Parts: sequence; structure tokens; C-alpha cells
Amino acid sequence: MIEVSDAPIDTAALQRSLTNPAAGGYCAFEGWVRNENEGHKVHRLEYEAYEPLVISEGEKVLAEARERFPYLEARCVHRVGLLELGECAVWIGVAAPHRDEAFKACRYIIDEIKVRLPIWKKEHYASGDSGWVNCERCAAHGFAD
Amino acid sequence: MKTITVRYFAMFREHAGVAEETLRLDARTAHDVFESTRARHGSTEPNGHCKVAINDHMADWDSPVNDGDTVLLFPPVAGG
Repeated sequence: MIEVSDAPIDTAALQRSLTNPAAGGYCAFEGWVRNENEGHKVHRLEYEAYEPLVISEGEKVLAEARERFPYLEARCVHRVGLLELGECAVWIGVAAPHRDEAFKACRYIIDEIKVRLPIWKKEHYASGDSGWVNCERCAAHGFAD
Repeated sequence: MKTITVRYFAMFREHAGVAEETLRLDARTAHDVFESTRARHGSTEPNGHCKVAINDHMADWDSPVNDGDTVLLFPPVAGG
């Protein structure tokens, strides 16, 4: 299951929701808001998502992960809105019979989410400026003036 | 000519100055729609890192567009 949330992520509750008596391994990944990117001091982050396609594409990613690394339970939550430094922006949890599937499925899910789901990140810098991450090429060549 | 609703996200929305607009376009593919909107909002070159969806389904740039479609233009994504 994949969800988009504008409220802080309750990681403990999410972990409990994956409880499965056949699970011998559990792996979670948390993406946190970091204080710098490419030399810029970052003050906070703002995430925007197009939820209908985050859900449909995200479910495809979870299904692909299950096919490759058969797991028992998996969930993902991605935040939207303004996030402060240190906040959890994305959480992924996987419970599997053994650790190998749990680790690998978790890795597959975060890697695919980062490149496939319609989610955008705007960095607000200490300088007062802001910028959309990964849009440099757009700015140089494309849509932007 | 086709009536196409275009939705802009993130940086595209900020540059277009609108989240959505309905246009009459002589467009055959999603790429044609993208080109028209970039010309309309003052830019010159295509971008391979952008994605497109038609009527809430991920699409390719050469996917055909039909009268009444909604085309969603996604700038480079950055989740996680």
C-alpha cells in the first residue's frame, strides 16, 4: 500500500501494521530532510505530489518488488507540504520471510519511487531563495524563460 | 483542431502562471501539446527528463491525443 500524507509520519505505527507471523526479517528506509544540497544551505523542503498517479504508479512499483523479491507485507508513505530539517519525508517498510528479500525489496522500492512517481521537491534555502530539485535542465533549456 | 486541457505541475505551473488551461490545439501527440505549451509560455527546447500523462495514465511523448483529453505535464521528478 502506498499513501501520500500531509501529516508527520508515525513510523512506529506503520511498523506495527506490517506484523506478520511468517516474517523473519523486516527492513525500513526513512528519507529525512537534510540541511544542504549541492553546496546550498537548506532551510526546509516543500513536497508536491500528484496523488492519483503516485498511488497507481506506486502500486506498480510495490508489485514489481514483490515479483522480484517475494515479500509478505510492504507499505510506503510519502509526505507532501512544508517539511522542516530532520523530518521524515518518505518511509518504506518491508516484512519478508528472510532478510535478503526485505533489504532488496526496500531498496528497489525507494530507487523506483525516486525516478518514477510524480513528486516534486522545492528547496527553501537559508539565503531566502528557493529552487525545484532536478529542474536545472528545464531552467536552462526548456519551459522556464 | 482539438480541445485539450493541459495541467501543469511544480515548476511548470509556476512558469505558466496557471495550474490548468484549456486550449484549442492542432496536436497529434503529447509531444505536440508540450511543444505548443512551451511556445506559449516562452521557451525553446524539449526536455527528455520530463514525463507526461494523459487522462491520469502515464503516457509516452508519442502517445496520440484526442479531442477532450487532459494532458498532464510533469517536470523532472524528485521524490524521496
